[in-house]
Amino acid sequence: MTLFYQFCFYLFGLVAVASACIFVTRKNPVAAALWLVNVLFCLAALFVLLDAQFIGAIQVLVYAGAIMVVFLFVIMLLNLGQATQIADTRGTLPYLGAGALAIVVLAAMLVRLPHPAPMEVFRIPADSLAVEARATGAVEPVAVPLFTEYLLAFEVTSVLLLAAVVGAVVLGRRRQEGEDPATDAGGAVRAPLGDIAEAARAR
Amino acid sequence: MLAESLFFSAVLFAIGVVGVLTRRNAIIIFMCVELMLNAVNLTFVAFARDYGYGGQVFVVFVMTVAAAEAAVGLAIIISIFRHRQTVNLSDINLLKG
Repeated sequence: MTLFYQFCFYLFGLVAVASACIFVTRKNPVAAALWLVNVLFCLAALFVLLDAQFIGAIQVLVYAGAIMVVFLFVIMLLNLGQATQIADTRGTLPYLGAGALAIVVLAAMLVRLPHPAPMEVFRIPADSLAVEARATGAVEPVAVPLFTEYLLAFEVTSVLLLAAVVGAVVLGRRRQEGEDPATDAGGAVRAPLGDIAEAARAR
Repeated sequence: MLAESLFFSAVLFAIGVVGVLTRRNAIIIFMCVELMLNAVNLTFVAFARDYGYGGQVFVVFVMTVAAAEAAVGLAIIISIFRHRQTVNLSDINLLKG
């Protein structure tokens, strides 16, 4: 349990909490979604610090990369975020700060420092799962129980995903003009809803 | 680090609850639910460190269910938006007595 490890842990944890606070107070849905992406990235870092490297990777790929993109697509499809609020960066200072940060990051990637001896701060503690993962890899300890002990749950999950995709397509598709609502699967669900909505509006 | 993980998880979950209770935008409420799911995932991963990899396997399942839920839920929101031209939950009161 090195000091560096604890520092990173508290840093990512506090940034996650702060981002979450900003996320729930944003009025603009696009800004809220991007702050939530920040929270998810911090949680991915915490997962890696907790010796769940594979979970951290799929957190970035699935959550930040796929689910949040779908959210942003829907927000923009429904035209909920006002573009003027997002483009607003108030003055030149944010541009200068972002530019300086970009230069520092680029330098960190390009400038090759003399290779130091393995620092104490990067040494893996002996009590962690990472010691075990070094022998087996980070994926195998998760994959083996997934396909043996939890195989039934895994198969049920695949059925769930199929049902979700079919349901999303049925709910999301637009009914064609002149299509008979009675024979249409989506219409069969939506036609009564529409009638009720009209009745409510008339009332 | 178990105690700190549980603390951060609890705080994130509480923030998600506050968001669900106070916001009126259906999409933001959906994102707050995702935040709560992630807070629970942090708990699973923290416990998996001490009690074996079962917790991490469970996180995979939680993520799958979250993805399915997001797909269906957003489709429902789009469907509601076509009818009512709003995602504000206080305007969607069709079943209110």
